[in-house]
Amino acid sequence: MSQIDDDRLVTDAEVEEGATDFSALPVPAELVADSLPAYARAWFARLRAGETGKLPVLVGLLIIAVIFQTLNSKFLTAGNLVNLLVQGAVYMLLAMAEVYVLLLGEIDLSAGFVAGIGGVVCAELVKTDTGWPWWAAVAAALGVCAVIGLFQGTIITRFGLPSFVVTLAGLLGFQGVMLRIIGTGGTLPIQDKVINDLANANLTATASWIVMAGIVAAFCAVTWLRDARRRKSGLVAPPASFTFVKIAAAIGAGVIVVLICNRDRGVLAPIRGVPWVILIVLGVLTAWTLVLGRTKLGRYIYAIGGNAEAARRAGVSLPGIRTIAFMLASFTAGIAGIIYASRLRSVSTNLDGGTLVLYAVAAAVIGGTSLFGGRGKPIDAVLGGIVIAAIDNGMGLQGFSAASKFIVTAIVLIAAVTIDSLARRGTTTRR
Amino acid sequence: MTTAGSTTDRADDRSRVEERPASAAPLLELRGITKRFGAVQALTDVDLVVPAGQVTALVGDNGAGKSVLIKCIAGIHHPDGGQIYWEGRPVHLRTPRDAAALGIETVYQDLALCDNLDIVQNMFLGREKTRYTLLDEENMELSARETLSSLSVTTVRSIRQPVASLSGGQRQAVAIARAVLWNSKLVIMDEPTAALGVAQTRMVLDLVRRLAQRGLGVIIISHNMNDVFEVADRIAILHLGHLVATGPISEFDRETVVDYMAFGRSERRKRNSEPTVAEQ
Ligand SMILES: Nc1ncnc2c1ncn2[C@@H]1O[C@H](COP(=O)(O)OP(=O)(O)O)[C@@H](O)[C@H]1O
Ligand SMILES: [Mg+2]
Repeated sequence: MSQIDDDRLVTDAEVEEGATDFSALPVPAELVADSLPAYARAWFARLRAGETGKLPVLVGLLIIAVIFQTLNSKFLTAGNLVNLLVQGAVYMLLAMAEVYVLLLGEIDLSAGFVAGIGGVVCAELVKTDTGWPWWAAVAAALGVCAVIGLFQGTIITRFGLPSFVVTLAGLLGFQGVMLRIIGTGGTLPIQDKVINDLANANLTATASWIVMAGIVAAFCAVTWLRDARRRKSGLVAPPASFTFVKIAAAIGAGVIVVLICNRDRGVLAPIRGVPWVILIVLGVLTAWTLVLGRTKLGRYIYAIGGNAEAARRAGVSLPGIRTIAFMLASFTAGIAGIIYASRLRSVSTNLDGGTLVLYAVAAAVIGGTSLFGGRGKPIDAVLGGIVIAAIDNGMGLQGFSAASKFIVTAIVLIAAVTIDSLARRGTTTRR
Repeated sequence: MTTAGSTTDRADDRSRVEERPASAAPLLELRGITKRFGAVQALTDVDLVVPAGQVTALVGDNGAGKSVLIKCIAGIHHPDGGQIYWEGRPVHLRTPRDAAALGIETVYQDLALCDNLDIVQNMFLGREKTRYTLLDEENMELSARETLSSLSVTTVRSIRQPVASLSGGQRQAVAIARAVLWNSKLVIMDEPTAALGVAQTRMVLDLVRRLAQRGLGVIIISHNMNDVFEVADRIAILHLGHLVATGPISEFDRETVVDYMAFGRSERRKRNSEPTVAEQ
């Protein structure tokens, strides 16, 4: 039995006798389980109810890793793994941009070239004859991107136009603007050291340990305090043992990442340490997870994606929230664009914003974000971005052409949405 | 005097309104409410009294104007004529927010819930509690749990489940609890049991009774005579935009109500009170 057939909401007394029944509900496991075994049961119940969570994408990653490792033993080396994450950073960031609008049931096709504009503005401003400091250039580039998002969002909401069409126009228009700015040379080189370091520099090995320890400690503290507060207020809280498991997992993940990153991956000179760009992705992930999960703005974005009419009747300003979501999407695209430019130490007319944005949407969807709105998280975008980067990287190692990469990515995308929809079919969820 | 339990008499009401002490004023009173949509006269000169602590059933055939009437009370439609009195004071409800500010909450026919949000999130949608600009989930969960258990429709363990996984009756209960959460004084329900089975209807009707016991005024639209006679203290019958009869439910029986709904008049009304407006 996977749902309450009872016609009343269940009373407290029934909860006491029938606690195991509750583990059959598609409820977040940590809210119904008070011991680790109960947690595991709740988790499996959710799985059976079609709430597969992050499982498909994690299993997918495992399969991809096994396949590419058997094909080429270089795939799982420290050097290649770090390389893969750095290559994937742009997809992850762009996919996080896309999550904002996908949650509304909208799409932003312009994100790739808005990223291009971000990169170009930044590159122009740090040129020696313009001479802006790197931080001012970054701020200006992100500001321009945010204004673009505000503009597109306003057109979409005030005139009630489909985001598909408006951002398709954006895709074409901003490509034109980008090409115009880059000009006839075809390439805009970047000399600024800090900008180039964003995607290419690493922390020292010691700094890597210190920074990762700081991040993990912060995560553990927040997790512990939150669970402890729930326990104290008499709300259903995860068992302390489960909090410990989460904390142990975070520490383990932090240690593994630093160990991998601190292995020497240089060819001529030694290269080691956690790349800056991983921290940038982590920072954006944390910020957007906080905004979407813990602020009114985020709550309203989910509400609009779930039932726009309900949100409107609850007093939520639909045009306002939608416009802000488009603005945040373009802002995030701007971050992706700066990282893209930094990685290549230039921006050129080769920047293909069309392919970039389609990869970004694919990454978000592979990670578990719904195209119909209301379901998805920034972490989906990061995991999906890793999948796409892994395919790209693994097939590149094997010397496959771009053509084969596209085809395999397409198959993975279709597989991801099929698994998700099959898992949800016949579940209690009415979407 | 128009108090809960007596039949409305418009002329009488109007002559005495000024001398009525505020405490004796009914929770909500409509006088001469008229609403047109182009050529369609949806409501004509509707007078209605809704006392606190009682369930007023609003009945009528399809197209009689029930939904338009409650939308006027909820601030969605603006009457073309007439006046709404809230606790004896004339009020102008320009937006649903104005109505909500007075303590008027509406539970819509198509339940306004977000499937992807959980019970707590739905109950607080649009009015979230925050701490340092971040959502205060614990505080909201505690309040939601308290409200649900005060209506005896709660479980502490499933309060965080997405409403998509709830049955129709449970969803209705969440929608009603959402309306009650805000110390509302009048809860309006448009066909709350229309899509429900027998047992779920039971649960929702129990809930409606409990709201009245708490001292809230309740307006409930229903097509189901069984529901109406089971839950209502008072009844108001609309026919083609006219309020043709209103009074305590004890003065009516099923046949009378059906007559009023179908023809706008009835020969069978139990004569233990003054005549209604339409019969004068
Ligand atoms: N927004 C509107 N615009 C025009 N006509 C309307 C509107 N809303 C309701 N009406 C008309 O008003 C009359 C009463 O409708 P309604 O209140 O929905 O009936 P019911 O009693 O079935 O709820 C109907 O003739 C309907 O067509
Ligand atoms: Mg109606």
